[in-house]
Amino acid sequence: MTAVIKLENVHKTYHTGDVEVLAVRGVTLEIAPGEFVAIMGASGSGKSTMMNIIGCLDRPTEGAYFLDGVDVSHLDRDELAAIRNKKLGFVFQGFNLLSRTSALENVELPMLYTHDRLSSAVQREHAIHALQIVGLADRADHYPNQLSGGQQQRVAIARGLVNHPAVLLADEPTGNLDTHTSVEVMGVFQKLNEAGITIVMVTHELDIAAFTKRNVIMRDGLVVNDTLVERRSFAEEALRRLDQAHQAVKLSA
Amino acid sequence: MRIAATLRMALRALRRNKMRSMLTALGIIIGVGAVIAMVGIGNGAKSQVEAQIASLGQNVVLVFAGNWSSGGVRSGWGGAGTMTVDDALAISREVPGVINVSPEVRDRQQIQANGLNWNTQILGEGPDYLDIREWPLQDGAMFTDQDVRGTTKVCIVGKTIVTQLFPNEGPVGKSLRIRDIPFKVLGVLSPKGLSVMGSDQDDVVIIPYTSEMKRVSKRTNLSSISVQSSSPEFSDIVQRGISDLLRQRHRLGANRDDDFTIRGQQEIADAATATTRIMTVLLGAIASVSLIVGGIGIMNIMLVSVTERTREIGIRMAVGAHGRDILLQFLIEAITLSSLGGVIGIVLGVGSAKLLSAIAGWPTLVSVTSVVLAFLFSAAVGVFFGFYPARKASNLDPIDALRYE
Ligand SMILES: Nc1ncnc2c1ncn2[C@@H]1O[C@H](COP(=O)(O)OP(=O)(O)OP(=O)(O)O)[C@@H](O)[C@H]1O
Ligand SMILES: [Mg+2]
Repeated sequence: MTAVIKLENVHKTYHTGDVEVLAVRGVTLEIAPGEFVAIMGASGSGKSTMMNIIGCLDRPTEGAYFLDGVDVSHLDRDELAAIRNKKLGFVFQGFNLLSRTSALENVELPMLYTHDRLSSAVQREHAIHALQIVGLADRADHYPNQLSGGQQQRVAIARGLVNHPAVLLADEPTGNLDTHTSVEVMGVFQKLNEAGITIVMVTHELDIAAFTKRNVIMRDGLVVNDTLVERRSFAEEALRRLDQAHQAVKLSA
Repeated sequence: MRIAATLRMALRALRRNKMRSMLTALGIIIGVGAVIAMVGIGNGAKSQVEAQIASLGQNVVLVFAGNWSSGGVRSGWGGAGTMTVDDALAISREVPGVINVSPEVRDRQQIQANGLNWNTQILGEGPDYLDIREWPLQDGAMFTDQDVRGTTKVCIVGKTIVTQLFPNEGPVGKSLRIRDIPFKVLGVLSPKGLSVMGSDQDDVVIIPYTSEMKRVSKRTNLSSISVQSSSPEFSDIVQRGISDLLRQRHRLGANRDDDFTIRGQQEIADAATATTRIMTVLLGAIASVSLIVGGIGIMNIMLVSVTERTREIGIRMAVGAHGRDILLQFLIEAITLSSLGGVIGIVLGVGSAKLLSAIAGWPTLVSVTSVVLAFLFSAAVGVFFGFYPARKASNLDPIDALRYE
């Protein structure tokens, strides 16, 4: 099967004043459809920079990037925007929902910028469906400030899903969440991945990375380790264990 | 992106900061309101002047005694003493294109009737005077050539005289006294309102010019002559004909100035409307300045808004918004703000114009054109002053915008 994401010797150099920062220094990476990849590494190792390139938010200074077989490293702003809209879904650490805008409208947002626009009724239908997938259909009319962190992140996932992207990208999606909620979000990811969506995510936490199928480790702008996960965690089971532990604490108290 | 969806987004963004939106729009509201009211006042004045000019009559040429233009006013209003009844008769006889002529003597006198007193203008005129001025009688009849020849003691009176001296009864057939000489009232003029100069045209008693000269003021010369030409095209020819004739009759050599002044109706109209036109332009210009100030206010707030919503812009771009989607969003927001201000301003402007007419009695005329123009202009202010902030927003880099705190 051909790779959905293919990085060939990708470099990213930032110029700040006189200093040159080599954030990514020659990464070659292939990710096939249906994979669930965690990118890990120390702070400053270039994970976010690489995610931004994979997410077509940024262009590599050197090297080539093929998304779905298309070289996107030389597209202009508008072409990149169209690709982000059609082929990619984003989930951010800080959720990045529009405030004072309902969950439903947040999820509808990407469809607003789609080239072949759907009627507003169909848009609404798609958005509700996406919210159903993340288990939040009953909160469609809630505003972000009326939702918990985990719920906000699920709205963000629904927004990432709504245009049926080839890849869902998440930069530290559980960074702002507690353990229990993090596992819930991973449960959503696992369910989506089983349904066939490719997921690439950045995380600092080993036990969160264990929910994925493949771990890529970066250091100083290079991939230093790339392994398949052998003892994979599953969200349902993990949640059950967390609940048991919680009960035990309650009983002993 | 769909315009309707963008518009809804813009309205929501504006509603979110109601107070701020109102204050921002206030500049435009005041600007547009001022433009509408000012131009309304200007146009009102202009149309009033035009109506007054029309009330002069049709194709009227006025010949005044004395020269107004050379070496200062040598001999004031009708004081030159060189224009005679014979001049008037000669004009009527010899100048081609002339259809009516009325010799005129002006005077102010105290008049009495019914034990009441009133100071008014006495006009000595020929019988054609009312035809020249296109001034119909409301009641009774005009005096005739016979009255002129016989220096009869008859008069016709304006509306103001009726209210002042004959409050209870119709004046026709009654008499009033000018310098203690009784004059019989033959007719009442229909009201004509204010003149170009702002005086009450209905405050007048018109008597045969012969009676005025022999019985009232005892003078031998005319103040002026009213001439009517047969058509507007004849006006120039008639003016030249009168000028040649009078110079010849007054024996003025080539090196001597006219001792009379000729004014065509068009010149009078031009002079009068020029003033009001300047007034309109001035008022409009002052009001436009406030519109521009309002536009700068919009630009300022839009810049603040772009900065505040940098993250929102980043999110929109991350999910696929093109630069022009963002540009359109902020531009529409600015235009909505300014044209909303425009609409409110138009309502306020029309309202205050109406209020001014009602309270101060100034005539105002708010034309549809000025309303449409004001609206378009306010929208244009939105485009002009909203473009820079919107462009700034659309040029943001999505990553920087997302990282913005
Ligand atoms: N816009 C930028 N301008 C200059 N340098 C940058 C920029 N963005 C990132 N860098 C630098 O590039 C390097 C990699 O940054 P990056 O954000 O990719 O790290 P990271 O692996 O995501 O770290 P973390 O785990 O803390 O999020 C860092 O040294 C950072 O200082
Ligand atoms: Mg990072």
